[in-house]
Amino acid sequence: MLRHADHIFTNLHGHQEWRLKGAQKRGGWDGTKALVKLGREKIVEIVKESGLRGRGGAGFPTGLKWSFMPKQSDGRPSYLVINADESEPGTCKDRDILRHDPHLLLEGALLAGVGMGAAAAYIYIRGEFYREAMHLQAAIDEAYAAKLLGKNACGSGYDYDIYLHRGAGAYICGEETALLESLEGKKGLPRMKPPFPAAVGLWGCPTTVNNVETIAVVPAILRRGAPWFAAIGRPKNTGTKIFCLSGHVNTPCTVEESMSIPLRELIDKHGGGVRGGWDNLLAVIPGGSSMPLLPKSICDDLIMDFDSLVSVKSGLGTAAVVVMDKSTDIIKAVQRLAHFYMHESCGQCTPCREGTGWIYRVMTRMAEGRARVEEIDVLESVTKGIEGHTICAFGEGAVWPIQGLLRHFRPELERRALRGPQAMAAE
Amino acid sequence: MPKLTIDGIAIEVPAGVTVLQACELAGKEIPRFCYHERLSIAGNCRMCLVEMEKSPKPIASCAMPVAEGMAIKTDSPMVKKARHGIVEFLLINHPLDCPICDQGGECDLQDQAMAYGAGLSRYNESKRAVEEKYMGPLVKTEMTRCIHCTRCVRFVTEVAGVEGLGLLGRGEHAEITTYLEQALDSELSGNVIDLCPVGALTAKPYAFVARPWELARTESVDVLDAVGAAICVDARDNEVVRILPRLNEAVNEEWLGDKSRFAVDGLKRQRLDRPYLRGADGRLAAVSWSDAFAAIAKRIKGVKGERIAAIIGDMADAEAMVALKDVMAKLDAPHIDCRQDGAAIDPSLRAGYLFNSTIAGLETADAVLLVASNPRAEAPLVMSRLRKAWLTLDAKLAAIGPVPPGNLPVESLGAGAKTLKDVADGKHPFAKVLSAAKRPALILGQGALRRSDVAAVLGTARRAADSLGLIRDGWNGFNMLHTAAARVGALDLGLVPESGARDLAGILEGASGGALDVVFLLGADEIDMAKLGRAFVVYLGHHGDAGATRADVVLPGAAYTEKNATYVNTEGRVQFARRAVHPPGDAREDWTILRALSDALGRSIDMSSLGDARRRLVAVNPIFDRAGAIVPAPWGDFGTEGKLDPAPFVTAIPDYYLTDPIGRASPTMAECSRIFVHHRASRTGTDG
Repeated sequence: MLRHADHIFTNLHGHQEWRLKGAQKRGGWDGTKALVKLGREKIVEIVKESGLRGRGGAGFPTGLKWSFMPKQSDGRPSYLVINADESEPGTCKDRDILRHDPHLLLEGALLAGVGMGAAAAYIYIRGEFYREAMHLQAAIDEAYAAKLLGKNACGSGYDYDIYLHRGAGAYICGEETALLESLEGKKGLPRMKPPFPAAVGLWGCPTTVNNVETIAVVPAILRRGAPWFAAIGRPKNTGTKIFCLSGHVNTPCTVEESMSIPLRELIDKHGGGVRGGWDNLLAVIPGGSSMPLLPKSICDDLIMDFDSLVSVKSGLGTAAVVVMDKSTDIIKAVQRLAHFYMHESCGQCTPCREGTGWIYRVMTRMAEGRARVEEIDVLESVTKGIEGHTICAFGEGAVWPIQGLLRHFRPELERRALRGPQAMAAE
Repeated sequence: MPKLTIDGIAIEVPAGVTVLQACELAGKEIPRFCYHERLSIAGNCRMCLVEMEKSPKPIASCAMPVAEGMAIKTDSPMVKKARHGIVEFLLINHPLDCPICDQGGECDLQDQAMAYGAGLSRYNESKRAVEEKYMGPLVKTEMTRCIHCTRCVRFVTEVAGVEGLGLLGRGEHAEITTYLEQALDSELSGNVIDLCPVGALTAKPYAFVARPWELARTESVDVLDAVGAAICVDARDNEVVRILPRLNEAVNEEWLGDKSRFAVDGLKRQRLDRPYLRGADGRLAAVSWSDAFAAIAKRIKGVKGERIAAIIGDMADAEAMVALKDVMAKLDAPHIDCRQDGAAIDPSLRAGYLFNSTIAGLETADAVLLVASNPRAEAPLVMSRLRKAWLTLDAKLAAIGPVPPGNLPVESLGAGAKTLKDVADGKHPFAKVLSAAKRPALILGQGALRRSDVAAVLGTARRAADSLGLIRDGWNGFNMLHTAAARVGALDLGLVPESGARDLAGILEGASGGALDVVFLLGADEIDMAKLGRAFVVYLGHHGDAGATRADVVLPGAAYTEKNATYVNTEGRVQFARRAVHPPGDAREDWTILRALSDALGRSIDMSSLGDARRRLVAVNPIFDRAGAIVPAPWGDFGTEGKLDPAPFVTAIPDYYLTDPIGRASPTMAECSRIFVHHRASRTGTDG
């Protein structure tokens, strides 16, 4: 359980003022000049020491990522791009930061920008986040007016601009290179790597793309020191993390907790417990819709961090915990996710474009009891045909929910296939 | 040079190549759909996945640059499985309608599904269908077959330079379409048909005509413009059914202009298949060869040589031209001109009438001035090189006279010869751009030469080339862009009137004034026939166009697909057209007709085989012995200084599609002209 004093997102639920005044009251923009003056190397070193890992899903060490940015410019400017295109089903963490504590992000953007030698930050915000975009723009305007941003930001001598760009509602634009394409005004199709954005990114310039939450925790790390942050959670899985609890819990919520909190404690303490009690739990999707689900047997003593979840063949992802109790038709639930991924596939590369539709159709028949038992193996091989063969990681995201279902609920799939649609209808 | 191993074979490859290219160098075939050497890398088909040591996932070899010490496997179980998967994914929504698909037999998907596929489908769902798209009169669409490789999109955007195609929608609903349902407005649009790896884009005029295995293929060159693109002529029985580009890096790479590709149906219409003689009733009547020759011999008998003239058309082959030259010499007839459009080119200096930078060399130019030239219509393949120069070298482009339409940024400097003079004098700002450039070039179009002040225009252009440094070691940036395939060969053969003899204007004046009795037209159709007056006109050609209509005797010749013939392109490159089919009916190869005619006139020329004709060509100009090669022409003085006409320059070709008898006989070209030049709607069949 996270100590009260260790909370970074002190206005996560919006009970206080979100504007500059409120932010400053909570300690934001306090002594930022001194933090900027730490300089590039020091900032990266502190962030590395803190053990901060990217909060967008992949969990890549943030300090290491920043250190990939060119130390010496070859004439091209460097950019920080902040991914605020939060679209993963079940996830609602960045949204709360954007609407209730936007200055946390802006201050982080400045410090992260210093850390990677960036000339400007672009915040790409999900198009549907209208109010959030309004808040964020108002916050940017306030910060400029208070000379916290722009030329000589915070009086530190560092020139830094922040631009806000609204997306147009495509899930794929949350993929970092598709986001860059979209930001450049093109269709949001992921780019091939290499070259990686740190070499050739936005408008061909060195770019680092970070998640909102990753950037928003940076000021606190710099202010309170790497040891403080590293002491929360487990080694290599440090710091606080915003979890989003949804589904069959009594009190769905977004909450900041320490990394490596046991899942059961998280659900019981903040979600008010599983509907009908812990024993009524069927399965949990631990990290947003693209992570494989886990059955209750694994959930019983699961701790919530990157490495622990990878060890049970799932992932922390965005830490959006979707709880499903025993009333859930698990096949139907995953079929709905398959529909989402079919609908959001960008259509650029073959496996995902063609495969997600195939999966959805087979899943639909499976949910309706119209599939044959042999097709379960076909389905599995189709997911393997997509996984690892696509341009971006969307391919994996689209098939992992299916693979999770096949791994843990195969008997249910077989039972339904053998029973047939008539029996389904009679039930 | 990085060293890597591919399937255990150690190989050293040039730095900067991709893994796919390295695999090819190692002799390994990598299947692909979206990758194309001449287009940007998309990496979207995923067919080229190979295994790379230390990478948990297979990599797209088309997009991965090689690195020192890489270990690549192209035939491991991982790669095989990946290929099975991709072929299966591509086929699930691809209609298996190969029996009714025009691509059948030359389809990448068909071939690769056979070679790399699993051989069966596990897909039991409904297939996707896609609404048809309209892409104009040349490209037929069947978009349900599309595999979204985006080769067509990349081609039109990058090479053709028009932004008419794109991928709309996403996921399963992604569709290739012309954004506004408009025809693909590019002279190179037909190339998307070759690029399409499946049957989504096929040739509309060729729809359901033939299967590739029924066709006999002949390698030849194109003569519908002066570029001399390498082509394959595909024939079934004695009929040319289609023309495709053939690789020639120096000339056309692997592209072909739409006219050269699609005017092929003109070869079957309006053909002259028998000799004709104008009878006493004033009508042409079919006669035998001997009667036709007898009629000519009868008319010429006793006519003095100075009352006989000859005009040469745009598609005449060198053999026919040298035979005509010899016949005229035997008749002591001095009046001969190959410039039927009246372009008074100075033939004295070869470098003065060639595209000296060469077509491939143009893409290395970093500043180009177009003078009275619109390469888009005059030579689309030159336009694509110009575009390349702009894309890769950021070449500065400017035009005096017409500006080529499209999205190439060509600065307009002025309308006429006065601007050219300003540039030559160094007074114009663009003169500085040219002199500062490493490889400056000037393209002089035929539009500048159909004027009264030709000598002065040529002189000014020559002076500009000299004063602005267009001529330097290893580089000659003075380029004349011809529009007629016969022209450079004819100039090389000296088929222009010697001093005192009549040129085109003189011949027409003499014929209408009664000073000439007999005029030979070797495929000349673009002159004003009314000016031939009462002269006895002998037309030798292959199409019933303006010349045949006026002629008193029509001698049916062979079109370029029906003869073994020599052509010289605008760069001065000697190339051979080869016979793919026989000429129709009684028609014969042109030089044999002239040889037979010389016998009938009792003044035989010494030519009894194609070899004789070719030897004669070499005797007249040794350049004809250097087939395929570029022989650099020495620079020198030509043209004069003089008074320049203030009239604006005009383009030589107002209508790209209708420039010659073959194009004018082609319904496809007529439709293209309607839509692209006159911007009229496509015919619906009920519009009268």
